[in-house]
Amino acid sequence: MRKRTLFGIIITFLVIAIAYFNNSSSISAGEVKSNMGVGGDAIGFLFVGPRDDYGYNQAAYNGSEAVKEAFPFMKLLRVENVPETAEAERVMEEMIRSGAKVIFPTSYGHLDPALEVAKRHRDVVFLHQGGLKTAENLGTYFSNIFEVIYLSGVAAGKMTKTNKLGFIASFPIPQVLLNINAYTLGVRSVNPDANVIAVFNGSWCDPGKQASAANTLIDQGCDVLTQHQDCTKTIIETAERRGVMSSGYHCDALEIAPEGWITGAYWNWDDLYVNMCDVILNGEFKGSPYDGRFRTGIHEGVAKLARFGKNVPDDVKKLVKEKQKEILDYKFYPFTGPVRDQSGTVRIEPGVVPTVTELETTDYLVEGSIGNIPK
Amino acid sequence: MIFVTEVLTNAIRAGTAVGYVSVGEVIGQRSGVINLGAEGSMLAGALTAFALTAWTGNPWYGVMCGGISGALMSLIHAFVVITRNANQLATGLAIMFFGQGITAYFGSSYVNLQISGFEPIALPFLSDIPIIGSIFFHHDILTYLSMLMVPLVWVFLFSTKWGVILRATGERDEVVYAHGKSPNCIRYMAVVVGGFFAGVGGAQLSIAFSHSWMENITQGRGLIGVILVIFASWRPERAMLGAYLFGGSQALIVSLQGRGYNFSSFLLFMIPYILTIVVLVMVERTGWNPMPEALKKVFGRG
Repeated sequence: MRKRTLFGIIITFLVIAIAYFNNSSSISAGEVKSNMGVGGDAIGFLFVGPRDDYGYNQAAYNGSEAVKEAFPFMKLLRVENVPETAEAERVMEEMIRSGAKVIFPTSYGHLDPALEVAKRHRDVVFLHQGGLKTAENLGTYFSNIFEVIYLSGVAAGKMTKTNKLGFIASFPIPQVLLNINAYTLGVRSVNPDANVIAVFNGSWCDPGKQASAANTLIDQGCDVLTQHQDCTKTIIETAERRGVMSSGYHCDALEIAPEGWITGAYWNWDDLYVNMCDVILNGEFKGSPYDGRFRTGIHEGVAKLARFGKNVPDDVKKLVKEKQKEILDYKFYPFTGPVRDQSGTVRIEPGVVPTVTELETTDYLVEGSIGNIPK
Repeated sequence: MIFVTEVLTNAIRAGTAVGYVSVGEVIGQRSGVINLGAEGSMLAGALTAFALTAWTGNPWYGVMCGGISGALMSLIHAFVVITRNANQLATGLAIMFFGQGITAYFGSSYVNLQISGFEPIALPFLSDIPIIGSIFFHHDILTYLSMLMVPLVWVFLFSTKWGVILRATGERDEVVYAHGKSPNCIRYMAVVVGGFFAGVGGAQLSIAFSHSWMENITQGRGLIGVILVIFASWRPERAMLGAYLFGGSQALIVSLQGRGYNFSSFLLFMIPYILTIVVLVMVERTGWNPMPEALKKVFGRG
């Protein structure tokens, strides 16, 4: 009997071991290995999710494609589904062993592992997407996207019939609140009767929770849905199937919602990634704008307005384009005061133009949005 | 839609997948085997169903194959714990991680696919009943099947000869043995059927509810299904109720937030677990103990 128990335990551990080695990031590490021995330098990219999620990771992956095209003589090491744990360190170490000279950890939670690895490898440059901490050989970059979200809100405010728009948010962090506020200000600028219903579902990408939130919001009478989630496919598809409209985020997803798509805000990292690689490979990282915290936005073409859906009338398109031009010409800024919060208190004084740093501490929702910041 | 209708409708939408897992787990545990690997079965079912639906365009193939793949996952569990007498909890966890790994590996190319899965169907006449109609009769076919499944499983467990044998296996397997039936054979069947249910639950999530595949799409819903069995004191109708409670807490959060109420969403998500703890405490205090006897000797086997 003892022996059988022992045998059972051994089998159990074998199964655990198989499960462990089946883990996605190990598979991708195999991808890294297959590139070994080619010789020459490499550029590494880490993504927290899959490359085709119609979201944050797809946008970053598209950027890495541009790098691949611009530097055909370089090896490109790309690993998807890297968790925000010590596993990320392991993947980066493996990339460095395969010759990586530049590494892009693209998820927020990849920052701390990257800082650890950066300490051990002074000759490798790390460029982290969205981080606030930097190091000697680790710079961070990000792009403001709220101006484009404002434009997306303008279009949605014109399109809504029920005057209820649903915003499925993840966590109440400043970046997310800023996007809800920008969308609401955009909606309200053209439709003072409309409200944006913001719900926080406590996750970045859980299709089950997304479908649940989307259905509930539609039941409440929302006829436009948008989101701040990592993956956007489920929400946009649910909206399309139930015959309501959607505003996109992260990626241009017109093709999955041919009827209901209005427009959206998306990232175009192509030129920025290529330029950053260029600077670093020329050995000019020190003292360059990328050495530290680099922030860019709509003016540099990193944050962009997506295509319009086929049911968006021309006058709406024209209005949005005009607003876009005003923003590009620095004639208009969405957060110029007065901006009031939900209780009517003035948060940005009339005429005041807040800096991006000030906006990145947003801890309130603006007038016109319904919903509470979970505490 | 009025508040109550909205919450209850969405409770059913979000709870059905968990309900399948939980009712399946009731069957397995009634025979004396805990299967934490239900999470792995659910994932396997979700991916297989999604992939089959994407290939064939027919979601029915998806459901069938999803259920079968869930059953196969639980067959591994059954072999290791029944034939090889290994620890049930460790094996279940291993199956769960195995499921996460293997579905992530084979699923990566399905993330961006669009499928035509099951759409909600409004049942004629029934769906016109005020309130009740919109709560219960505007769902997809797998949700209707889950509503039929509960009374069927109930009748099976409590009013058929095979139901008695199944429950006897979980309480006193030597009686079943004396009766001329093999307890292990019955456990195998119960666990595999439970895995089939979990697989169909995964299919409901991927091809009827969210129409998506994503790595680890179940996010612990399979484990919640297992937890609910205790809450349900091993009864299928209460397991389904528990699943709706879980779905309801998820829907309630959105409904309340959408109306501007201030509360902590973390508290709402805890409702099913708090109730489970309450049930567990009741079991200890009142001497009322619905747990199958065999489950109490989980650690002492072999």
